[in-house]
Amino acid sequence: MSATREAAPTRTYADYSAPLWQRLLLTRETAVIVLTAAVIVYSMANVPNFDGPLTLKFLLQDIAPILLIALPMTLVIITGEIDLSVASIMGLSSVLLGVLHESGMSIPAAAVLALFAGLVCGALNGFLIAYVGLPSLAVTIGTLALFRGIAVGLLGTTAITDFTEKWSDLATGTIGESRIPIVMIPFAVLTIAFVVLLHFSTFGRGVYDIGLNDEAAHFTGVDVARTKMVLFILSGVVSAFAGIYFTLRFGSARGDNATGYELQVIAAVLLGGVSIFGGRGRLHGVLAGVVLIGVISSALRLESVTVNVTNIIVGLLLVASVILPSVLAWASSRLPRKAAPAAPSEPHPHQNAASAGV
Amino acid sequence: MSDTTAAAPVLELRDVSKSFGPVVALRSGSLRVDAGSIHALIGENGAGKSTLVKVVAGVHRRDSGTFDLGGESVDFSSTAESKQAGVAVIYQEPTLFPDLSVTENIFMGRQPLARGRRIDRPAMTAEAERLFSRLGVRIDPRRPAAGLSIADQQIIEIAKAISLDARLLVMDEPTAALSGVEVDRLFAVARSLRDEGRALVFISHRFDEVFALADTVTVMRDGSYIDTRRIEETSPSELVSLMVGRDVDDLFPKVPAEIGAPVLEVRGLTKAGVFHDIDLVVRAGEIVGLAGLVGAGRSEVARAVFGVDSYDSGSVSLSGRDIKAHDPRSAIRAGMAFIPEDRRKQGLVIDSSVSRNVAGVIRRSIAKAGLITASMENRAAGPWAGRLEVKTNALDMNAATMSGGNQQKVVIAKWLATDPQLLIIDEPTRGIDVGTKAEVHRLLSELAGQGLAILMISSELPEVLGMADRVLVLCEGRLTAELDRADATPEAVMHAATHHLETTA
Repeated sequence: MSATREAAPTRTYADYSAPLWQRLLLTRETAVIVLTAAVIVYSMANVPNFDGPLTLKFLLQDIAPILLIALPMTLVIITGEIDLSVASIMGLSSVLLGVLHESGMSIPAAAVLALFAGLVCGALNGFLIAYVGLPSLAVTIGTLALFRGIAVGLLGTTAITDFTEKWSDLATGTIGESRIPIVMIPFAVLTIAFVVLLHFSTFGRGVYDIGLNDEAAHFTGVDVARTKMVLFILSGVVSAFAGIYFTLRFGSARGDNATGYELQVIAAVLLGGVSIFGGRGRLHGVLAGVVLIGVISSALRLESVTVNVTNIIVGLLLVASVILPSVLAWASSRLPRKAAPAAPSEPHPHQNAASAGV
Repeated sequence: MSDTTAAAPVLELRDVSKSFGPVVALRSGSLRVDAGSIHALIGENGAGKSTLVKVVAGVHRRDSGTFDLGGESVDFSSTAESKQAGVAVIYQEPTLFPDLSVTENIFMGRQPLARGRRIDRPAMTAEAERLFSRLGVRIDPRRPAAGLSIADQQIIEIAKAISLDARLLVMDEPTAALSGVEVDRLFAVARSLRDEGRALVFISHRFDEVFALADTVTVMRDGSYIDTRRIEETSPSELVSLMVGRDVDDLFPKVPAEIGAPVLEVRGLTKAGVFHDIDLVVRAGEIVGLAGLVGAGRSEVARAVFGVDSYDSGSVSLSGRDIKAHDPRSAIRAGMAFIPEDRRKQGLVIDSSVSRNVAGVIRRSIAKAGLITASMENRAAGPWAGRLEVKTNALDMNAATMSGGNQQKVVIAKWLATDPQLLIIDEPTRGIDVGTKAEVHRLLSELAGQGLAILMISSELPEVLGMADRVLVLCEGRLTAELDRADATPEAVMHAATHHLETTA
């Protein structure tokens, strides 16, 4: 081997094993985007009022909290963790906004404190998961109940509804004369920030490494604990922001606001092609996944189908999207292939079922 | 089946071969084991011993050659078939069901039944007790398997093999994790099985054990059968030359390098129960070999020095700069590179691409303002992959699809890209084919020639002796010897590696 630390390269490589169009088009994300577009086109043609002037506005307003939280949730799931407490953080920030505003604080000041509460919630999750080393599933099931409990405890079963009109209008308004809600502006900014963070930063490379193999990431100098801490804090802050938006949009701060949203967020993230085992997934697929679920719900609502049916359809879609990759892998493994140097499986000394009955 | 005549050997393999894709694991394996004999199978790592054993155990199917058991040609396609035919394989670390009792483990899948298809527990326990008394060991058959020592777990595997009336027992490095007393007990059991007329195959790296236990020895090298000798007609030095089969200098092309100033200085490194008071210095241009038995704490020391594990006391410095404990980033910034033992779990993000792996450590320095794109990574990774002659079609190929040797080149490329001052390399050639092995050795030698300080951990004695300028020997977490290249003989190293055991046993 002529390899030395100074010698010229003896060999060069192609950057990619497949042409550009294959890498762009033959992906899970493209499949979700195409499916979403197909559902939109079908709904436009067949669902009454789907192309009406208010549909787009309400659709985007409905899915805005999901879109927002899906951004940090994607990164969290790519590291192989999960955050189930996001909807409870939304509820808590909603209640804080209401309670603080009622006690005389201005909406912006109350919102800042609500965001800070989201940061604290996320930091608690992150500390327990990243530094104490507890499994995120257990921790965030716990904090799901904890944050929701605090929220309901602060406000009881009542609702605070007297928000300054100026701010409520901001949450329900659209950009100029268009049908795009104003909330899409902060969403667009956050989307750009998260795309850069996940796909074009060294931090994002670490996120994928942790999800694929956290031990190897640690050996390569990735700060696994700090990365997870940062992600849970981001998740907490963005969830609090979504909670503030949710409160102002409906003009109602309640302890049980946004209950169950965590499942919609996680469903959309998985539908968008993120692996629940970590290490795989891209943000454009996730955004398409959120829109897909939103469009299906919206179209079915216009068809006067009950919410239960919508849930059944979304649930089936999710299960199918999780099963499909396994089915495809199984199918391709059945096809004759060139023998690959597969790692021989370790013999298990106890697999003597066939010698049973000796 | 114990009435096998002396004429037909229990096991006869002739010219057995086995390939995995392009990798030939076994070229031409032959082995003939008689009843009532303990047959040692020796060879370097990668010589094909384990593959041969897996063919006998039915884990792998041979590609060609003949395989006779008790004079009849057999062809196992599963471990169940080989067990039925009377072959039992005992691995280095048995995997028992920890929550089941010892008895249940022995009779797993073939529990004796009483009336009404109930499991006959009293009969099972009585049979287990009978097996243990026959083996002369004291293990409570009712206790759970969890918490048993590896030695006891092996005894349970042996008891299971006897209860199946196995006529051929293969033990794959059974003593690697055992203490002196446990080895003696295992040997006593092995001898009593031999005296019952069973055939035993014993794989070991330790010559003293081979000479103490076996009556016949077969040597393998590079996937091929080399020779079989009666134990009383051979000597350790003859076996070494058969195993290596060539000039050691040829395989380990160590060129003398100019040795410079100390790079790595470790003082009094201690972690309770793992290693104690380790002092070591590695100088620029020097290859220091860290030798010792499995479990002596070599990898643990390396991991603590690099900072992926913590330590209790002591200090690590690189070129005079103190390295923060338990912080691999501090070590990397100071110029330390660490190639761990387990490529698939620690060395590589195995499901990631070649270029992301190669650029994995340097990505902070190739990024502009923290931003990085795939093309930046490819530009940085391509030359390094080229210098190490990594065999791949494109830089976005998944590292998991590559051979062990190529994966190791990717790991080396990733760390050389950081332009380190010190390279710690744990088992540099484990699981790598012979050709790539020599490439890795030549590369290490060249790197040392350019002034890199190298700390090399290896379980292969010829590798340590062939490559190192200085050999440090670790035994039970303590340094027991420091030998210069000239003084480092296999005997001296092995003595130091076992010395502590002898004094405490």
